[in-house]
Amino acid sequence: MNLASLSITTLRSMLTAGETTPREIVESIATAISAQNDQIGAYLSADLDRALVEAEASDLSKPLGGIPIALKDNINVLDQPCTCASRFLKDAYLSPYDATVSAKLKQAGAILYGRTNLDEFAMGSSTENSAIQLTRNPHDHDRIPGGSSGGSAAAVAAEMAVATLGSDTGGSVRQPASHCGVVGLKPSYGLVSRFGLVAFASSLDQIGPLTKTVEDAARLLQVIAGSDRRDSTCLDVEVPDYLAQLEGGLKGIKLGVPKEFFAVEGLQPAVREAIESALTKLESEGAELVEISLPSTSYAVATYYILATAEASSNLSRYDGVRYGNRVDNSEGVIEMYRQSRAQGLGPEVKRRIILGTYVLSSGYSAKYYLQAQKARTLIQQDYRKAFESVDAIVGPVSPSPARRIGQFADDPLQDYLADIYTISANLAGICGISVPCGQVEHEGSSLPVGLQILGSHLAENTILRVGRGWETIRDAE
Amino acid sequence: MSDNPDFNVSKIADLARLELTEDEASQFQKQLGSIVAFVDTISSLEVEEVEPTAHPAPVFDCFREDAAVQGLERDQFLRNAPDSAFEQIRVPKVVDA
Repeated sequence: MNLASLSITTLRSMLTAGETTPREIVESIATAISAQNDQIGAYLSADLDRALVEAEASDLSKPLGGIPIALKDNINVLDQPCTCASRFLKDAYLSPYDATVSAKLKQAGAILYGRTNLDEFAMGSSTENSAIQLTRNPHDHDRIPGGSSGGSAAAVAAEMAVATLGSDTGGSVRQPASHCGVVGLKPSYGLVSRFGLVAFASSLDQIGPLTKTVEDAARLLQVIAGSDRRDSTCLDVEVPDYLAQLEGGLKGIKLGVPKEFFAVEGLQPAVREAIESALTKLESEGAELVEISLPSTSYAVATYYILATAEASSNLSRYDGVRYGNRVDNSEGVIEMYRQSRAQGLGPEVKRRIILGTYVLSSGYSAKYYLQAQKARTLIQQDYRKAFESVDAIVGPVSPSPARRIGQFADDPLQDYLADIYTISANLAGICGISVPCGQVEHEGSSLPVGLQILGSHLAENTILRVGRGWETIRDAE
Repeated sequence: MSDNPDFNVSKIADLARLELTEDEASQFQKQLGSIVAFVDTISSLEVEEVEPTAHPAPVFDCFREDAAVQGLERDQFLRNAPDSAFEQIRVPKVVDA
């Protein structure tokens, strides 16, 4: 049997009962990768020989002892590549240190063996912007897996990985989870250290797990959450027990249903039906549905693309060919070296975003765009704060449509930006969110997964995990 | 809005130290023209009295002891450098003689 098809919870109990070994799990992953990765393209690299050595040395008494976890290729692991799916770093960079999440996973006994594909520097929502390879949706190979953590989602969905980590700047964990039919959690801003995560937009980025079950997401969050003196935005808060309230059920939980979410142009009827049907079932299990209003929904996408690109243009100035990565040698001097190293090493979407971000920060325009967007961000935060005064969590779609076809918006990047409407507000407001599989829908002749999104207030991970688990229980009983 | 006179891709790319081919410049001018027009929709928001937010969960003044800690080893750092000499990173000449 393919052990990579099982959850962390199941594998951990099999390991402690002596029914399997870490070696067998790694071997299962190796078999699944060699059978499928050429087709799906989820992994950029995997060091399974080293994983076998680590498997032999596993300490099963640790919370993730003997469990292999793959990471999005923008999270540093000592001595492993970290390409960010960019030509700029491919074959030119080996991590000199562990990200804090990598160190925590290792300390918890996990085996870090593989690197998953992404949109270059996490910029995109289809994984088509990877400069290295295409990743295909395991449910329909002509379709995108979502993104930017598309490789992390596809690896779990195709049963080539037990669980993975991704990063979510505007939906990059939740949206691919939805498109691939797996669970994806974006923790609250400040809960998980970003030290060692390659920065895209620092006021929005969070690392989060992609898993087969809500319980697995809770288990991974338990390990990676917590303060870190090397990330000054990481909060000094006590990490609660994320498994304790998981089975608390739905009775008495107030779920906000934003009317603006269902008025979005482009919301596909199949997605609407799937979500509305889920809401009815949640209600019949004791949740109370409350209609709420989030007026800021209409300007959240514009706000996001100003702030995210502004921060990206600053963060990506480090790719200049000096200390690491691609360098074009040019005797005309250092400025030409910067210009050409960047021109050669960075892909089109990254260039577009650097240019947009530079523009909104440039002299004469920063008040019109950047400052205005920062003020809009305040309104978005206020919207959510007000909503959470009357509800425990907010529910709705993750994406207006199931996974689109590869190449569909090749010349019109704005179309993909607009599809981020349900996920980006959580990053702007700093709150947490989870995507939980909500069944398959018929769309353009394919049967495709759709995710249910559950948003919680800042540091309310326990609430959204509980609601997510409640929904999973309903779904599993069907 | 691809004819937005304020938005000149080549000028902005210069500020970003990014060399563009002619094809890239004309393609980005068109694509980013429509994106700039789209993000411009927030101009109409009434936000004069609203405080800006830079950060979703502000953490202020993170202090630590002023004590030396182990950083990266020199060879760990230099192994990723495109060019090095004398245990330092080498770059093209920066200062005119």
